[in-house]
Amino acid sequence: MNFREFLQQHIVYLDGGMGTLLQQQGLTPGEQPERWNITHPEVITAIQRRYYDAGSHVVCTNTFGANRLKFSEAELEQIVKAAIENAAKARATSSGQQEKFIALDIGPSGKLLKPLGDLDFEAAVELFAHTVRLGVRYGIDLIVIETMNDAYETKAALLAAKENSDLPVLVTNAYGEDGKLMTGADPAAMVALLEGMGADALGANCSLGPKQLIPVAEELLRLASVPVILKPNAGLPRSENGKTVFDVTAEEFAGEMASLIAKGVRVAGGCCGTTPAYIQALTANTKETIPVPVTDKGLTVVSSYTHAVSFGDAPILIGERINPTGKKRFKQALLEQDMDYLLSEGVNQQEKGVHILDVNVGLPDIDEVTMLTNSVCELQAIIDLPLQIDTADVTAMEAALRHYNGKAMINSVNGKQASMEAVFPLVKKYGGVVVALTLDEEGIPSTADGRVKIAQRILKTAAAYGIPKKDIIFDTLAMTVSADPAAANTTLEALRRIKYELGCHTSLGVSNVSFGLPNRDAVNGTFFALALANGLSAAIMNPYSADMMKTYYTYCALTGLDENCAAYIRTADRYIAAPQAPAPVTGGSAVEDTLSALQQAIIKGLKDKAADLTRALLATLPPLDIVNGDIIPALNTVGIGFENKTVYLPQLLMSAEAAKSAFACIKNHIAGSGEPSAHRGVFILATVHGDIHDIGKNIVKLLLENYGFQVIDLGKDVPPEKVVEAVQQHHAPLAGLSALMTTTVPAMEETIRLLKQQTPWCKVVVGGAVLTQDYADKIGADHYAKDAMEAVRYAETIMRNFAEKT
Amino acid sequence: MSPVITITLPPPPFCEREALRYAGCGTAEEETRQAILACYTAIQDELIYKVCYRELPVKITGQVCDFDTFSVTSQNLADTLAGCNAILLMAATVGVGLDRYIARFGRISPSRALLFQAIGTERIEALCDAFCQQYSQQNQVGLRPRFSPGYGDLPLETQRQIFALLDCPRQLGLCLNDSLLMSPSKSVTAIVGITAQSVTEHHKCKRCQNTACPFRSNV
Repeated sequence: MNFREFLQQHIVYLDGGMGTLLQQQGLTPGEQPERWNITHPEVITAIQRRYYDAGSHVVCTNTFGANRLKFSEAELEQIVKAAIENAAKARATSSGQQEKFIALDIGPSGKLLKPLGDLDFEAAVELFAHTVRLGVRYGIDLIVIETMNDAYETKAALLAAKENSDLPVLVTNAYGEDGKLMTGADPAAMVALLEGMGADALGANCSLGPKQLIPVAEELLRLASVPVILKPNAGLPRSENGKTVFDVTAEEFAGEMASLIAKGVRVAGGCCGTTPAYIQALTANTKETIPVPVTDKGLTVVSSYTHAVSFGDAPILIGERINPTGKKRFKQALLEQDMDYLLSEGVNQQEKGVHILDVNVGLPDIDEVTMLTNSVCELQAIIDLPLQIDTADVTAMEAALRHYNGKAMINSVNGKQASMEAVFPLVKKYGGVVVALTLDEEGIPSTADGRVKIAQRILKTAAAYGIPKKDIIFDTLAMTVSADPAAANTTLEALRRIKYELGCHTSLGVSNVSFGLPNRDAVNGTFFALALANGLSAAIMNPYSADMMKTYYTYCALTGLDENCAAYIRTADRYIAAPQAPAPVTGGSAVEDTLSALQQAIIKGLKDKAADLTRALLATLPPLDIVNGDIIPALNTVGIGFENKTVYLPQLLMSAEAAKSAFACIKNHIAGSGEPSAHRGVFILATVHGDIHDIGKNIVKLLLENYGFQVIDLGKDVPPEKVVEAVQQHHAPLAGLSALMTTTVPAMEETIRLLKQQTPWCKVVVGGAVLTQDYADKIGADHYAKDAMEAVRYAETIMRNFAEKT
Repeated sequence: MSPVITITLPPPPFCEREALRYAGCGTAEEETRQAILACYTAIQDELIYKVCYRELPVKITGQVCDFDTFSVTSQNLADTLAGCNAILLMAATVGVGLDRYIARFGRISPSRALLFQAIGTERIEALCDAFCQQYSQQNQVGLRPRFSPGYGDLPLETQRQIFALLDCPRQLGLCLNDSLLMSPSKSVTAIVGITAQSVTEHHKCKRCQNTACPFRSNV
C-alpha cells in the first residue's frame, strides 16, 4: 500500500530512539553515528528489525546528520546507500505482520540560518536536497524531517524534499518547555508554514517527555488539518553510575501516548531514550484504538517566524506605508538603497499596532527582484510581524516567497487567466494566503453581482491548482466615491455577499475611496467602519491615521472583540486631537543660555524634542543654517566630550540619534522642496566576511551620517568582492571594515588586499574588538580607529584631502 | 561516560552596574541608568537561561590536556587545570531573542543596541556564574575559573570538539559558525576544572593576560 493512503486510514507507528541505543553498543561521544551504517551495519539492522518486530510501520534510516556539511560527497553517498540497505534488510527479515515503510531521516544541519547564523537559505536548501536526491536514488517510501528547532531551516528542508521528490513528507519540530522552537516559532506558526507548503503530516519530537508535550500536541490538534505526529523522548536523561537513564518507563510512555492518540494524534513513535520495548508497549496499548478522523479546520492563517495571524475574529490591520506610491521621501530612499528608512517604516507601523506589513518596493528604475527579496529578509531580521508580499512582478514574487520565513500574505492575483496562471502555482508551492482582486480581462465590474461572479471563478480556478478557499481573501476594490456616488455601496455589497454567500474572508485598500476629497482621513475612517459592519476581515491601511485607528478600536469595543474595552481604554487618549503645543524655540536655564534649545536637546539625547524643534525652526530658517548653527556644534560638543572621556559611549550615541532625528526632518523638508541633498563624501562600510556581529559598524555609521557623510552600508558577512564593487561603483575615497574575532581577520586582510589592488585610490580604515594598531599595520590597513569618533575624524581628513585633489 | 545534561536555570539577579561597565560607562548619568533598566525590562521575557554540560576525566602531561575523547595542547589551560582529575565541559546561552533585539535596534537605535549588547554580556556571565555555583554546591566540589576557547593559548578550534561532545545545536539550539563564532551570540562554552575542596574564589580577570582590556576590572 502506498504510504499516503495508509496514513489516511490508520494510526501510524514510527520507530523509537537510535542514538541512545548506539551509545550502549559502544558509539563514543562525538563520533558520527551515521558512519556506523558502514562500519557496523549488523548493529543498525538489528535495532531496526526490533522496531519492525515491535510493530513500527515506519522505520527511519540512520541518517539524522547525513549531510554535506559533515561528510564528503563520496562518503555521504556511501552512508545513505548503506543506511537504506540496512533498513531494507531489517524490513525483509522482520517477523512483524504490519505494513512496513522505510523513511529517509533528515535532521537539522547543525547550523543556524542567516540572519541569526551564517548558513545561507539557498545553501541550506541545497544541503538537504543533496541528501534527498540520494535517498530517492537508493529507494525509500517517504521522508521524515525531524528535530528541527528553527522555522526557517524546517522550510529549507521541506522545500528541498518537495523539489526533489514526490514522496510523502512528515515534519516534526523540537518544542521546548515554553512550547516554542528555539528560534521562537509557536505551534500555530509551524502549522501555517508546513501545511501551506504541503507537508503530509506534522508534529513534535524530541526535547521533552510525552507529558510535557501535551500542551503542544493539543495546540497542533486544534489547528492542523493534516495528521498530527508525536514522537517524544522517554522523559529527561540523567546519569546513573556513569550510564544514561531516562525517567519515563515504557509503560508510562505508552499510557501517555494512548491518551493523546485517543485525542487525535495519528502518527506516534518515540525519540531519545525510547527503545523497541517502548514501541511494543505503545502498539499493544493502542491496538484497539480507532483513529480519530483528520478534519479540515478551515482556518485562514498567515505567519511569521514566531507567530501566526488568523483571520476571522477581530479585524486584521495591514500597514500600507512600505510603498513608494505617492511618497517622494520613500522613492528617494529606495533609489539610494536606504534600507534603514524602509525598516523604520516597518518598526513604526508595528509600534502603531498593525498585525501585518505590506511590502511594496516597485519603482520603474529599480531591480525589483533583488530589492523585494532584500527588503523581505531585512524586515524579517528585525520585525516579527507576518508580511504581505505586494508586487505585480511574478519573478520578484517568487523570489520573495521563497526566502520568506513563514506563510506569507500575497498581494495579489485577479480574475484574469494570465494572472491566475502565474500566481496560483506559487501559492501552491510556497504556501500563502493570496489577496484576489475582483477584476478580470473586462476590467472592474460596475455591479456587485459582476464582482461576485469573478470571485466564484477565481475560487474554481484556485481549486484546480489545489488551493483551498481558506487561502484566498477577496478584495472587492474600493473605488473613488467622488467620481461615482455608487462606488462605495457597490464595493460594500460585493464584500457582504462574498463574505456570507461564498464564506470567504475579505480585505480592502480602504483609502482609495476618498481620492480627490478634502480631509480624506475622515472619509476613510467612516468607510472603514461601514466595511467592517459588512464583514470586512482585513484592511490595508495607514496606521498613522487617527481616524482609522479610532474606527478600529471603537469597532472592536462595540462588537465584543475587545474584552472589558481594555484595548480601547488603553489607546483612547492617543487619538484625542490635542491642541498642538508650540515648541519653545528659545529659552533654557541661565547656565545653558549660550546653547540653543535644539543644541541642548541633542546634547541630552532627546530624540523627539530635537525633531520637534527642528520642524519648528524649518518654518523660518534655511536648512543649512540649522545644520551649521545648531546640529553640528552640538555634535561637536558631545564628540569632544567623548574624546576627553567626560562623555561615555551610550550618551554619545543617544546624542547622535537625537541629531539624526533632526537631520531626518531636514531631509524630509528638502525632499519636499526638490533641492538636492548634499554630502561630504561617500564612505563604504562593511563587517567582513564570516563575521555577523555588526553593532560597532552600526555605531560608526550613525556618527558618520551625522557628520554629513553618505554611508553605503553593505551590512555584515560581506565578501571582499562586494566591497570592491561598491568602492568602484561610487568611486569612494574611503572604506571602513570591522571584525570581531581573530578568525575573521584573514577575511579583512583579503578585502584590504583586493581593495589595494583594484581600487588604489581608496583608503581603508579598520576597527573592531580584536584589532590593535599592530594588527592593523600587519594586514595593510591605512588606519586603525580605536573607536567610532576616531573613524569620523579620520574620514574628515581623508575627505578634505580627496576633495582638494579632485 | 556521563551523559549530556541540559538544564534551565532561574534568571540570576540583574547587576545593572556590571551591564553599564560592559556598555563602556564608568559612572553613568541618570538617563543612561534609566535607559538600561528600560532595555532590561523590555528583553526580560525573551531571555532563556539554558546550560548543557557533561563531566569528563582529564590527564595533564606537560602542555597536553587529555580528556579521553579528545585532547588539546595549551599551557594556560594546563595551568588552570593543574591538580584536577575531572572537568566540567559546559555550554550556556541566553537565546536568540537578544540577538533579534540587538539586530533590530542596531538598525533603528544603535545606542539601545549597545545597551542590549551589554545586558547580554552581563546575563550570560551571570548565568555561567549561577550554574557553576549551583553545580559546586550540589556536588560538593570546587570549580576552577572557567576557561574558554580563545583564552590565552587555547585554540579557538577547540570549539569544534566541545560542540561535538555537547551536541550544542540539539541541546541548546546553539550553533557554531564557520568563523567559530557562536549563534546565538550571547553564549559561552568553557572547560572548568573540578577539584575536591569546596569553592575557591578566583576573580575572573586576575588570571587573564590581556592587561590592556578596557573591561578589565581591578582587584
